[in-house]
Amino acid sequence: MALLSKKDTNLILDPLADNNPITIQVLGICSALAITAELKASLVMAIAVIFVLGVGNVVISAMRNIIPSKIRIIVQLIVVATLVIVVDQVLKAFAYPLSKTLSVFVGLIITNCIIMGRFEAFALGNGLWRSFLDGIGNALGYGVILIIVGFFRELFGSGTLFGIPVLGDPIEKTGLYATGYENNGFMIIPPAALIVVGVIIWVQRSKNPALVEEN
Amino acid sequence: MLEHIELFFRSIFIDNMVFAVFLGMCSYLAVSKKVTTAVGLGAAVIFVLGVTVPLNWLLDKYLLQDGALVWLGPEYADYNLSFLSFILFIATIATMVQLVEIIVEKFSPSLYNSLGIFLPLIAVNCAILGGSLFMQSRQIETFGLAVNYGISSGIGWFLAILAIAAIREKIRYSNVPAPLRGLGITFIITGLMGIGFQSFGGMLTGGEETAEAAQESAAVQKLENQEKASLEELKKEEEALTTKGVSYNDVNK
Repeated sequence: MALLSKKDTNLILDPLADNNPITIQVLGICSALAITAELKASLVMAIAVIFVLGVGNVVISAMRNIIPSKIRIIVQLIVVATLVIVVDQVLKAFAYPLSKTLSVFVGLIITNCIIMGRFEAFALGNGLWRSFLDGIGNALGYGVILIIVGFFRELFGSGTLFGIPVLGDPIEKTGLYATGYENNGFMIIPPAALIVVGVIIWVQRSKNPALVEEN
Repeated sequence: MLEHIELFFRSIFIDNMVFAVFLGMCSYLAVSKKVTTAVGLGAAVIFVLGVTVPLNWLLDKYLLQDGALVWLGPEYADYNLSFLSFILFIATIATMVQLVEIIVEKFSPSLYNSLGIFLPLIAVNCAILGGSLFMQSRQIETFGLAVNYGISSGIGWFLAILAIAAIREKIRYSNVPAPLRGLGITFIITGLMGIGFQSFGGMLTGGEETAEAAQESAAVQKLENQEKASLEELKKEEEALTTKGVSYNDVNK
């Protein structure tokens, strides 16, 4: 028997494209936009969310029969908050400068709507293994958008990727800069993230007209 | 008094919750289709931020900060519980939202009817937790300033959702390209509004930051002057050299 049945594969692949948490379900926008000026921060944020959502979904799924439905929101918040504290402490211990860049946005994973949304919509009604796959899939879908946005913003805004110059040196005028190319400072400022995500949505929906909204 | 006014305008316009740090985007996008519902949610956010930020300020000051437990006795001075802040803040917020809902329902049914459905939504709104976390990271000094910060960032959020809801009501009559309809155009409009709000950045003159900026520009000026001076010296040397007639050209001859 294969490790992943067809249904299980769909759990992972669906959120990557046609059911993407950011561009289709409109969840978890807050943190997606604020930290994408650098590719490295986007990548770390994506990994953090994959960890929190994967583990959190399993924990909630394991407890789904003993959580009274009236206080489930608080139970869910406590589970996420605990996992996020783990992430935050690990970041502070092993990547201190990066945790400074991410500042409060690590804490804001707690209120990331993707996480509460998946707990509510999936983990409360499904088994451990399927919940785990669903968590990983949705977090990956979130991560993909984060990395795409981070890639374009860092490339066009600072001419670097992961902090390494790829377009030449803007001061020495080497590489692309020798031809008169300039960095686009607009990509660094926060509102640019919104416009980049808007364009991603535009491209995705032009390719798949079934996703177009009725207005 | 002056710092209160400065914080007030800074939190509304310059550090606007939506346009500068993207907090509370989920409900901002989901509940901004009609102006009336947007006003309801916005009012609820102002209210909850105004309550939870000061509360969490007290928690931070007397429980979580490095050495905050010193009021229990000198042997507690070394404790630093700040790693617990996420869990305590979110628990406070969830409890407060629940409590506020019960109180409002009891004492003001009309307010409950207008805010009611939004209150549970707010517990998981990033703007609320974000308000508390920014309050902590910006090290707001007094209780009064914390109250001020909570309410004014709430007002900033209210303004943002009111504006986008009004625009979305009107944009229904325009011919937006099909793939951009709904979500896409809302993102792009928010981005443009964000750029507009960036122009408020220079609104506050006075205060420390401008002083720092002035110092910086003074330092830059100094450096430039030094460079100019050294350039002039170089020129003089060159002139001296040419007049003496020992330039490389001469050597080559």
